Amino acid sequence: MTVYLLRRLFQSLLVLVAMSLIVFVGVYAVGDPVEILISPDADQAERARAIVALGLDKPLWQQYLVFVQNALRGDLGRSFVYNEPALQLILQKMPATMELALGATVFAILVGLPLGLYAGLHPDSGGAKAIMAGSILGFSLPTFWVGLMLIMVFAVQLGWLPSTGRGDTLWGWSFLTPNGLSHLVLPSINLALFKISLVIRLTRSGVRETMLMDYVKFARAKGLSRNRVTYVHVFKNILIPVVTVVGLELGSTIAFSVVTESVFAWPGMGKLIIDSINVLDRPVIVAYLMIIVLMFIVINLVVDIMYSVLDPRVRLEGQG
Amino acid sequence: MSSTTVAPAVREETPFRRFLSEFAASKIAMGGFIVFAIIVVLAVLAPWITPQDPYDLGTIDIMDGRLEPGAVGASGITHWLGTDDQGRDMLSGILYGLRISLTVGAGSALIAGLVGASLGMLAAYAGGRTDSVIMRVVDLQLSFPTILAALMILAFLGKGILNVVIALVIVEWAYYARTVRGSALVERRREYIEAAQCLALPTRRILFRHLLPNCLPPLIVVGTIQVARAIALEATLSFLGLGVPITEPSLGLLIANGYEYMLSGKYWISFYPGVALLITIVSINLMGDHLRDVLNPRLKK
Repeated sequence: MTVYLLRRLFQSLLVLVAMSLIVFVGVYAVGDPVEILISPDADQAERARAIVALGLDKPLWQQYLVFVQNALRGDLGRSFVYNEPALQLILQKMPATMELALGATVFAILVGLPLGLYAGLHPDSGGAKAIMAGSILGFSLPTFWVGLMLIMVFAVQLGWLPSTGRGDTLWGWSFLTPNGLSHLVLPSINLALFKISLVIRLTRSGVRETMLMDYVKFARAKGLSRNRVTYVHVFKNILIPVVTVVGLELGSTIAFSVVTESVFAWPGMGKLIIDSINVLDRPVIVAYLMIIVLMFIVINLVVDIMYSVLDPRVRLEGQG
Repeated sequence: MSSTTVAPAVREETPFRRFLSEFAASKIAMGGFIVFAIIVVLAVLAPWITPQDPYDLGTIDIMDGRLEPGAVGASGITHWLGTDDQGRDMLSGILYGLRISLTVGAGSALIAGLVGASLGMLAAYAGGRTDSVIMRVVDLQLSFPTILAALMILAFLGKGILNVVIALVIVEWAYYARTVRGSALVERRREYIEAAQCLALPTRRILFRHLLPNCLPPLIVVGTIQVARAIALEATLSFLGLGVPITEPSLGLLIANGYEYMLSGKYWISFYPGVALLITIVSINLMGDHLRDVLNPRLKK
């Protein structure tokens, strides 16, 4: 087990190093930052000073070594645009993105579970067929366009909810104020769309499988009411896979918030990265990608370790 | 009955014919196919059937800007779907945009399919270290969300149609590789592969002439779904301003152009390109969904 863990940890580190190299070379090989960052009116001396100040005069491999050294100290460079440490800039935006991702997860569960439960309990009813057709739509609709439609209907036509921004915040969180909460609703629904479909499908197939289990038959035979069997015996057992998958999806929800944040002008990490790519603010791009890559490597590592604890076959294969 | 009428009955037993009749059995799948075929024909014929060439500045009058659907412009053209801020006819813009969306989607899916299928077959056929290296890369690729990987690649390469295609290929190939490897692992143990090996045929010939045709069914299913995904992803990237350039607007970019006017109630600039995108994606997905059933031997009697 220890050997497997160490091996897996070493692999993750290797991936992290490889990704840092790819990200760094990729981002720094695009165009010439000097052209973008220094005003064309600047004279030669000013240009030279700026180049030295930004460290752009050194060869690429040296820039990378400096980058790695600094990264290990938690310093991922300063934003060219905001002139603030890139890491700090991203961490400042993180609560907004986390709030959005959690809001979407809550919506996905609140909407997806009951619908999936219904579709699983009455698989041949018209309602269930409509729900399943809707879930196919949820998979194929482009998120950004649905976001625009939500704005069009609920913000422009009906005027019920605000369309852009975070609204009032308390201690940096929107959901703590009524105004902020109203700003959170549309973006959360938009980001939740894909996940709602996922939860519906997971719940439905879970219910249909569980209903055939012996313990469900036994509970029915024991004379328990249909409601008690459904909501206590069946429901508890389908919750485990649903919660696992929704938890695992958190990483990709954060990644996909890039789209939703752009549509709703939500000032989170995703909007920051899009803006940074558009003005070629490289330190921020690199820092964002490194943070996200690190996050995914950690999630994958945790999942793999969990699987290996639960399933010894994975461990044995890893040693072979 | 004369002998000439017997011939078609025999021909009906070919796998391709059987596939066609099974595919046609589903009304939904046929509906998807018909709608998709119409979309492709409209997109191909766009230069001849649209009321206006949206790229020809001579035919565009800025005074026609933001006309409502159904309004008649200064040049006498009825703009059934309205006009954008530059006075471009939306219907013409959408049909031209479809050309770009479809080209990018189908092109990237085709290249990704070729790359992915080749690597998947190689992994299955060679086995050992080659297999584990290729599949490790596939796992790594699939563990990152597509949007993130595409974003990363476009941050490196910059905008442009070619760069979008490259990004989509890099994001998508792993799906094909995994699918093809799965079926190739089964097929390579079959007698006909052994026979081909005994004949000392070159490996490339065995892979592409013997192994590949037998791995095709799952590849077609994945390919169909991936075309839809590629079109959606391209639209998303273009909407974010990272995709196609403004001179070659795809549906995603048309939607992005209408974004700022949406808040003032001028919905049609974003709405109709989105509907076109939606119909395209759903029609492909309906076909793919049914293809999965038709081509899956386990579901056959």
